[in-house]
Amino acid sequence: MAAMALCRAAAGGKRPAGRALLALLKCEMLCSRRCLVTSRQLYSVVHDPDEKTFEKLLIANRGEIACRVIKTCKKMGIKTVAIHSDVDANAVHVKMADEAVCVGPAPTSKSYLNMDAIMEVIKKTRAQAVSLNESICCSCFIYRKQKSQSLYFFLKVHPGYGFLSENKEFARRLASEGVTFIGPDTCAIQAMGDKIESKLLAKKAKVNTIPGFDGVVKDADEAVRIAREIGYPVMIKASAGGGGKGMRIAWDDEETREGFRFSSQEAASSFGDDRLLIEKFIDNPRHIEIQVLADKHGNALWLNERECSIQRRNQKVVEEAPSTFLDPETRRAMGEQAVALAKAVKYSSAGTVEFLVDSSKNFYFLEMNTRLQVEHPVTECITGLDLVQEMIRVAKGYPLRHKQADIPISGWAVECRVYAEDPYKSFGLPSIGRLSQYQEPLHLPSVRVDSGIQQGSDISIYYDPMISKLITYGSNRAEALKRMEEALDNYVIRGVTHNISLLREVIIHPRFVQGDISTKFLPEVYPDGFKGHKLTDLERRELLATAASLYVAEQLRSQRFLGTPRIPIAKSQRNTWELSVHLEDGVYPVAVSKNGSSFSVEVDGIKLNVTSEWNLASPLLSVTIDGTQRTIQRLSRNATGNTSIQFLGTVYKLQILTKVAAELSKYMPEKAAEDTSSILRSPMPGAVVAVSVKPGDTVSEGQEICVIEAMKMQNSMIAAKTGKVKAVHCKAGDTVGEGDLLVELE
Amino acid sequence: VASAVRVSRAPAQPHRCVTEQAGKKGESRCISPRGCRKASLRRRCPGARPRRGERGKLTARERILLLLDPDSFDEYDMFVEHRCSDFGMDSDKNKYPGDSVVTGRGRINGRLAYVFSQDFTVFGGSLSGAHAQKICKRNVLCSGVVPQISLIMGPCAGGAVYSPALTDFTFMVKDTSYLFITGPDVVKSVTNEDVTQEQLGGAKTHTAVSGVAHRAFENDIDALLNLREFFNYLPLSNRDPAPVCECHDPSNRLVPELETVVPIESTKAYDMLDIIYSIVDEREFFEIMPFYARNIVVGFARMNGRTVGIVGNQPKVASGCLDINSSVKGARFVRFCDAFNIPLITFVDVPGFLPGTAQEYGGIIRHGAKLLFAFAEATVPKITIITRKAYGGAYDVMSSKHLRGDANYAWPTAEVAVMGAKGAVQIIFRGKQTDAEAEYVDKFANPFPAAMRGFVDDIIQPSTTRMRICHDLDVLASKAQSNPWKKHANIPL
Repeated sequence: MAAMALCRAAAGGKRPAGRALLALLKCEMLCSRRCLVTSRQLYSVVHDPDEKTFEKLLIANRGEIACRVIKTCKKMGIKTVAIHSDVDANAVHVKMADEAVCVGPAPTSKSYLNMDAIMEVIKKTRAQAVSLNESICCSCFIYRKQKSQSLYFFLKVHPGYGFLSENKEFARRLASEGVTFIGPDTCAIQAMGDKIESKLLAKKAKVNTIPGFDGVVKDADEAVRIAREIGYPVMIKASAGGGGKGMRIAWDDEETREGFRFSSQEAASSFGDDRLLIEKFIDNPRHIEIQVLADKHGNALWLNERECSIQRRNQKVVEEAPSTFLDPETRRAMGEQAVALAKAVKYSSAGTVEFLVDSSKNFYFLEMNTRLQVEHPVTECITGLDLVQEMIRVAKGYPLRHKQADIPISGWAVECRVYAEDPYKSFGLPSIGRLSQYQEPLHLPSVRVDSGIQQGSDISIYYDPMISKLITYGSNRAEALKRMEEALDNYVIRGVTHNISLLREVIIHPRFVQGDISTKFLPEVYPDGFKGHKLTDLERRELLATAASLYVAEQLRSQRFLGTPRIPIAKSQRNTWELSVHLEDGVYPVAVSKNGSSFSVEVDGIKLNVTSEWNLASPLLSVTIDGTQRTIQRLSRNATGNTSIQFLGTVYKLQILTKVAAELSKYMPEKAAEDTSSILRSPMPGAVVAVSVKPGDTVSEGQEICVIEAMKMQNSMIAAKTGKVKAVHCKAGDTVGEGDLLVELE
Repeated sequence: VASAVRVSRAPAQPHRCVTEQAGKKGESRCISPRGCRKASLRRRCPGARPRRGERGKLTARERILLLLDPDSFDEYDMFVEHRCSDFGMDSDKNKYPGDSVVTGRGRINGRLAYVFSQDFTVFGGSLSGAHAQKICKRNVLCSGVVPQISLIMGPCAGGAVYSPALTDFTFMVKDTSYLFITGPDVVKSVTNEDVTQEQLGGAKTHTAVSGVAHRAFENDIDALLNLREFFNYLPLSNRDPAPVCECHDPSNRLVPELETVVPIESTKAYDMLDIIYSIVDEREFFEIMPFYARNIVVGFARMNGRTVGIVGNQPKVASGCLDINSSVKGARFVRFCDAFNIPLITFVDVPGFLPGTAQEYGGIIRHGAKLLFAFAEATVPKITIITRKAYGGAYDVMSSKHLRGDANYAWPTAEVAVMGAKGAVQIIFRGKQTDAEAEYVDKFANPFPAAMRGFVDDIIQPSTTRMRICHDLDVLASKAQSNPWKKHANIPL
């Protein structure tokens, strides 16, 4: 299998390889019959078959990352063991792995986080392995999402107790079973997992940390002195105050004095603790991280940076490598510091050092992630390395094969995280459902999709709603972004709400295109929330013309019957159609006339020529409007002319009627809209955690009625008006779908 | 010869609109197909839109205009007047050419249809002798000869309700149409029951509770445009094959999501509509009675362009078991398809008939027999796919091999047996402690015993289902099967 893949890769390596020191090979994975997912790889598959490696690997994870690891294992000839929960029995990672063991029911705490069950699987599979004289190793390729309680944690983190202690326990148990853990050793994980300790270590390794002072400040003059030492702007707050509470930003001495006055008062009165925290304030920070790779022989490399500034609720959405912002000097400085830190903690395996970078290219250490990260593919694309392969090699004890000088930046790679979520609700609230249609844009060049789902998969409330990571590669940023646009347009996802519209808007936004981004990009660009693509006049005409042409094509087809009926079918002599199209808040008269296979459409007095194959069954429709090629998706249609079309990433709802029908429709009765103030519907699928009212209770506006938990987020549902509770349709522990009626008020 | 002439002359699609008591004279619409006729209508046609529209309804002629292809309507009997003379009805101002109904012939997507549209603006669309004569060109004898559809677009009460009841499909418009034998006033005076028109005979009542109507639509325009689409599924008469439309969906398309649609736990529900939508052409399925007896799904779709009737148990509702209502719903649909040469595709996941006194007292035996009878009697191509459970008598009823099924397939998840493991073991071992349940599951809860006996023709990979059905339909297109001569069969009504 691996050998075949290699041959294919070598034969198909059309890309000029000379530019890169390592040939960047595209390889379409040959999938066995059991594996229905194919994926194009954008990293090296160079593998020395003589190099001894592990015989069998257990992948303690699910979804796309499990699939990603299995792919590399297949190439390296390593047998794989997948673990899964009962609802995941049909999951792609289970089908791809050589063996699969169920470790418990759907909730992660009972399955993927169930250490006992996983240890049991390790023992069980090892029992077989012993007879085969195989060594087993347990890989914990677990993603770490920034500060969120990621479900991908192998060991769950609750605010109350850190995962580290438990992780140590797991590592100890692995060690006692003689099982190798693919990743850094325990002390590095421990050191980097602790915020304070990691900062101290970083300081010791001469890594830039955010300069600051934490202690009792005597008076305003001392505060000014400290602030000057740190350099403006600075942030002043009471040490005891959590988060950003009572935080003040000072840009000069005057503001520092003022800040000192308020903060020290607050510190004394609110917390009874005089200590103040004065820290460098990082204005418009970018989140840039350095990928490092280290072996057990003291060698360490930095594999360039990843720009991850586009975030929502501290979760990354769009990542790219390299960053538009770094110059070679800054990059080298960051890389060298990252390597210094890795060496200082005797780090082995792949890791990521996260930095905040301010507008003057000063960078400050944030934290180090001791895991393979979600966005690792962009690094693989520009360096040509397979990080998973390198991690496995390092775990086996091999030294690194590359020197720092061998690490190129060839081309540009962009990654979009495609989520099953509704981007119109605070940039993404989870959505669930069954993928009734699913088609990855792998027919396009230089596109890589890392996914762990397939047509028919369920996106459930139990796990992360990520559908896939869509990565495009180009010789430069513009090319990579252009390909991303096309890839997003050609991505077919039906059955769940997805965030393609947001992703596409981000990558074409002028600020993003110029590289003018920060972690506040989304709230700055969409202060009132994301509303979808705003059509220009030209785009609106294109959409109207396309929709009208589709309607006419459909009408014409419905008059074509095969065979010869007893009563002849009257052939329509009609060549022109007068239509009325309702789009957003406008109604547009549209005239369509047919010339052969193309349509001439008049909108707003302007004629457009629309050509296409008019294949009405294909999920993707390529349309040429006056020479501009567009890939659109018609998501639904009905007899009444209601059509929803995905155009430029955003889904538009249109109603197309003949002129006569449109004129008559004004006589149709308006349907009374549901009074939404007296009913509470679930805004997303999830589980009811608590219901705080019962029928007959009087609630006041803004009072909490119940709490819905979805994807580990607790959402408080509040009353929209004051009233008496008429009926409660849910109870704690219930699973509810989006739009389900929860509570009715009188 | 006589019957042949009748059929060729009357591939009618009588479209009925029963209307309400509301209008005043002189308000009929002036959208007239012929200029010369327009003159004869002019005196009754002030040109302004009548009040009907303000109340959210279309006039008789507007309905025809929307339903039929442009300029295809040929009107009949426009000059007929009522012959009533009592109470001053014979005065000139009470005479209307055409009386209270518009009748004629037209085309829907090029195909012939006969239409009548009752005009509420003339005597509230009430049935006069002349009116009845105009529409009497359609009657019970047409049943099973040409498909007949009624669209109820206003209140329809008393004996008039039997006219739509005799047709093959009755559709209603939400909030504006009602069907009842006696209105709320009479109900109040006879039984002292307080009930609104909507509760008594509104679209919701008839599509969800009584099963009188087959679908309800949002408004008149929605209803008429849907009717155009629905018409395309139907053959013009019982002498015509099911229509075949141009199709862009490949007949050999694999459907990988079907591999995972049936849950691993055999007690867990799934949505049969997921299977239907993914198998049929372009995910288009015109469901009949979607809110009535939801434990069975019936409706029309196309396979490689050809109209098919689909019957499927719905595991999501009452585990997909058969009961009185679902049997009757299924039986009527199957008989319609059989009458009009529409092949039947049946998806089976049925744990059995619903047990209990309510069902037995209600006559589940004779009602269940209707579905059995309908499938057994049907001579159209019959293709059956067992997706999961197929237990006992209910298995037999659902277009099994024993009822002359042409192609019967089982998915690997199929369980074909007399009864479920638990019940069977309880009966076999009479309460003795035993672990025979697992053995029973092992032995019978799979498709092999049935396949070994030839009760299923093949065990197929779910993803290939569409391909198999399309191929079979091609082969079966020329199927000719006839039942012995009879005056008519005696289905257990």
